[in-house]
Amino acid sequence: MDIALLVLQTLNGLQLGLLLFLVASGLTLVFGILDFVNLAHGALYMLGAFVCASLTLATGSFLLAVLLALPITGAAGYVIERVVARNLYQRDHLDQVLATFGLILVIDTLVHILWGPEGMAVPLPDILEGQLRVGENFVLPVYRLVIIGTGLAVAAGLYWLVNFTRLGMLIRAGASNRRMVSALGVDINTLFTFVFALGAMLAGLAGMLIAPITEASIGMGNNIIITAFVVIIVGGIGSMKGAFVGALLIGLIDTLGRSFLDSFFELFMSTAAAETSAPAVSAMLIYIIMAAVLAVRPQGLFPPKVR
Amino acid sequence: MPGAILKVEGLNKSFGGIKATDDVNLSVEENELHAIIGPNGAGKTTLIAQLSGQQMPDAGRVIFRGRDITRAAAHRRARLGIARSFQITSLVMDMSVLDNVALAVQARHGHSFRFLRPARKVAPIRDAAMAYLAEVGLEDRAERPTVALSHGEHRLMEIAIALAAEAPLLLLDEPMAGLGAEESARMVALLKGLKGSRTILLIEHDMDAVFALADRISVLVYGHVVATGDPVSIRGNDAVRHAYLGEE
Amino acid sequence: MAGLSRTALATIVLLGLLAVLPPIFVWTGNAFYVDLATRLVILGIAATSLNLILGYGGLISFGHAAFLGIGAYGVGIPAYHAIFGGFPAVASFNGFFQVLLSTGVAALFALITGAICLRTKGVYFIMITMAFAQMVYYFFVSLSTYGADDGLVINMRSEVPLIDLNAPLQLYYLCFASLVAAMLIVRTIVNSRFGMVLQGAKGNPERMVSMGYNIFRYRLTAYVISGAMAGYAGALLGNFTTFISPDMMDWTRSGELMFMVILGGAATTLGPVMGATLFIVLEEVLQIVLDWLEPVAEPAYTALTGRDLQLEVYWHLPFGIVLILVVLFVRGGLMGLIRGRRD
Repeated sequence: MDIALLVLQTLNGLQLGLLLFLVASGLTLVFGILDFVNLAHGALYMLGAFVCASLTLATGSFLLAVLLALPITGAAGYVIERVVARNLYQRDHLDQVLATFGLILVIDTLVHILWGPEGMAVPLPDILEGQLRVGENFVLPVYRLVIIGTGLAVAAGLYWLVNFTRLGMLIRAGASNRRMVSALGVDINTLFTFVFALGAMLAGLAGMLIAPITEASIGMGNNIIITAFVVIIVGGIGSMKGAFVGALLIGLIDTLGRSFLDSFFELFMSTAAAETSAPAVSAMLIYIIMAAVLAVRPQGLFPPKVR
Repeated sequence: MPGAILKVEGLNKSFGGIKATDDVNLSVEENELHAIIGPNGAGKTTLIAQLSGQQMPDAGRVIFRGRDITRAAAHRRARLGIARSFQITSLVMDMSVLDNVALAVQARHGHSFRFLRPARKVAPIRDAAMAYLAEVGLEDRAERPTVALSHGEHRLMEIAIALAAEAPLLLLDEPMAGLGAEESARMVALLKGLKGSRTILLIEHDMDAVFALADRISVLVYGHVVATGDPVSIRGNDAVRHAYLGEE
Repeated sequence: MAGLSRTALATIVLLGLLAVLPPIFVWTGNAFYVDLATRLVILGIAATSLNLILGYGGLISFGHAAFLGIGAYGVGIPAYHAIFGGFPAVASFNGFFQVLLSTGVAALFALITGAICLRTKGVYFIMITMAFAQMVYYFFVSLSTYGADDGLVINMRSEVPLIDLNAPLQLYYLCFASLVAAMLIVRTIVNSRFGMVLQGAKGNPERMVSMGYNIFRYRLTAYVISGAMAGYAGALLGNFTTFISPDMMDWTRSGELMFMVILGGAATTLGPVMGATLFIVLEEVLQIVLDWLEPVAEPAYTALTGRDLQLEVYWHLPFGIVLILVVLFVRGGLMGLIRGRRD
């Protein structure tokens, strides 16, 4: 077992996990508080990536582009909330699913029209391109550490926001009792719009962070949304803690699975059999895990308290 | 007790900090009409839910015909012979009145993994369903969509469905809920006709009906049975009067 | 009631048109429309199968395209091995074998995933069905032998006695006959005692349970039948397109199927076919309209972005808007359409 590879892949798994957390946190926040299933959440992830890509090309600075793209993504979230989502809060989840599905089609096509069918590469500034030497054997890409750091910082920020601020208290109260919060004179509509825009920014940030590695492309939103669903199903729909744990779990299992499943299989099957079956099984691994978790705990690992 | 078809021993159920069922002990004789009364919030529906299987108790036992059914799933209890009507009308609104009762009849005829014959043409089921509708006086409403019927007629449908189960034990949860005077009288007459042929556990608020129908009455207050006895002794019971002070 | 009901009339008209138009298309030199009709009919079968669990069963499954895809690969993989060798147990052009594989594997997948999904409710159920469909998608993408996400091209259609599937009209009529059969099957099931239980469970599951029905078993059975039928549709699809790729089972395909079922009329026999027709017509009309607008918009677009404009590719945009508008403005929402409640 190549230790360096193990360390690198664990780091990659953490990175994927934290990116998934950024996406899943917005999704679970919106679902937990607004009771709204937003399929188009992945489209916001994609939008963030493309906007950031264009701005990086325009301004020459990735960091500046991220800072500018964040509010733009938030604004997109705001528009979606006001025009579409707001009218669907009282509706059945199916209606929300189909309407946001329609929204995905609209956003995907708009992106196609504006940016063309090809993906867009995002160049990183030199400081972030480098590698870090740790000890004798390990060479870690700086940018991955940056992503992990950003992810952890955002997670900490969200934790502080939800648990230690008045706004966070309102968010938690809004989740459990909308009418009460309204009765206290808080404008529930503004609160909900804010939560939605926050979720959009989180998803957009994830897209911006991953774009330099994988390119901004049109399919990226549709792929990430299902994985985000798996994360919140495993973690417990509506729970931030669940989203965090679930995301790390899924990120690590997926990454380590793809790298090491064939070695693992070789322990008890022939090399040929391991090599044929491993890619297929590792592609399905996170879904198998999801099924296993559901079999034992149908409401997820950390379900929020029932309203 | 020898003739007891249903025995409840030390039943307890809490929701969060609230004790909905507090050490309930109950014994229901075969073929009696046993009423459960109590002020609002006493936990009557929760009790019924634990008997029919929609809820599981935290502690205690439910014994039906000598068999411990405490953890049995709801559909299994139905198959064992317990039928239930709901306080809040629970019917399949999109289907016709006859379809609803026919489903209850069909449930008794073995499994329903039958894919070929149109269900509405299976005579034994349709005829039996019509008979139950006739018993509650709804036979001329048979083909109407359930959603088109009045509330009172829905309550009668609930009884028809409970009857269709041909169950030895009927759990009736406030069959008279929301009924006017004339409809209530009709319901009382219907229930009177059923007395003696099967065991009925009746939850009701309507005191006139209860005292007209019940063989024995148990009084539930804050989830606990404070008294059990025949109507005369319950009427004179101080604890009962205290619980109902200002109520009726 | 004299004469035919409106529904019966509509059924006869639509099926009649579908029966009679394709040869006319060929004779008038519009063979392209036969392809369109074939695709419509195949999607109609898939939508009919979805209607069984969605419209009649009330199960919001967002992963139905997976069965279509599995069915298509059930034709593609045996054909691939028959052409290129390997895996002799499966290599075959025999239509019956391929269909057996398609429906069988689809049914098995439905059994296993259904047993897990059906223990959940509401939004969990929707998300889990999507996740399982995506899992199948990634599974096929990982199979590099069969082209991964580039897909599989088979140059020979299934071999069946009496019919030459390489002749477009013969393929079409096989599909059309299958559609009629599918509609009859679903109609029979829905009106049977089994169907009554399924519909009762859609309307009021608690009531059904208290009557003594183990509704999980009935729902799982319906789920498997539905999956098998969609698998069969996939086998037809694979034969029709001869290009089989994981995109067939992308979850957005599932969304299109749901659109067909719900907007065509859930819980009716003709509804899914109406929905498939609506979808195909909408797709064609939007593309034609956009194509027509292209010369108007192209100069400005190319000036702004330096790219050529192919407007008809963007038909998903107005389609998405239509979908959003329908959800927002149809009374009772789409769930109301499913429940068929006349409130």
